[in-house]
Amino acid sequence: MIKLSFSNNKKTTIVRVAGELDLVAADQFRNEIDAAMEKNCSDNIIMNLNGVRFIDSSGLGVILGRYKKIKMRGGKMALVSAPVQVKRILELSGVLNIASSYETEDEALQAM
Amino acid sequence: MTAIKNQMKLSFMSIPENVPLARVTVAAFASQLDFTLEDLEEIRVAVSEAVSNCIIHGYKNDPNYTVSIICTVFEDVLEISIEDQGVGIEDVSQAMQAAFSTESDRMGLGFTFMQSFMDKLNVESSLNKGTKVTMVKRPLDVAAAALEES
Repeated sequence: MIKLSFSNNKKTTIVRVAGELDLVAADQFRNEIDAAMEKNCSDNIIMNLNGVRFIDSSGLGVILGRYKKIKMRGGKMALVSAPVQVKRILELSGVLNIASSYETEDEALQAM
Repeated sequence: MTAIKNQMKLSFMSIPENVPLARVTVAAFASQLDFTLEDLEEIRVAVSEAVSNCIIHGYKNDPNYTVSIICTVFEDVLEISIEDQGVGIEDVSQAMQAAFSTESDRMGLGFTFMQSFMDKLNVESSLNKGTKVTMVKRPLDVAAAALEES
């Protein structure tokens, strides 16, 4: 199970993710983010991954899918405070080559 | 033939909720060897990928099938075999390429992670019979000592 909490700053949706981003969580992760972005008419998303204890390619697939969707609309995606083991998987997958990574939400917000 | 020191068998229904069960159980079994926390995290990811593949690709998300895992410790080496009796893979070498996926919104990185995180990966598959993934990993200091000896 994952827990997602959302807040909005102008055209940016901020999602704080806690739990394990795997096959069990993938549909909830995808659907809740898409719904929140649609509700706020957001262009950009900041994913705070501080509470993520595990990620595999099912979780990465959802992140990449959101990136493609946002990019098509000319928006930006940033990843914030991923724990070491999660950051390693993000690096290996090449996600960090396309999405920027920041230490804090404020830094990410300034880059939006 | 190296003697078996310990073995565990695990079978479960092909539902996503069993993916965390599989990776946690295998990592707990693996911890009897001298793996680092990073090694155990890598084993968790590799198992998660292999079991997810059985459910998504092998059984096309049908929950009424069984995924089987056998973990064996040979001396200081861990072997994990993960098997389904699903549709099988038509072209194993194509499936093992990075960024190849038959499903949209998936990264096609499952086999890449298994290859990167384990010392050996072997995939046997027959169409409409199933797929068996066998992965081997040994703790780093043991691997380094073996390299020095050779």
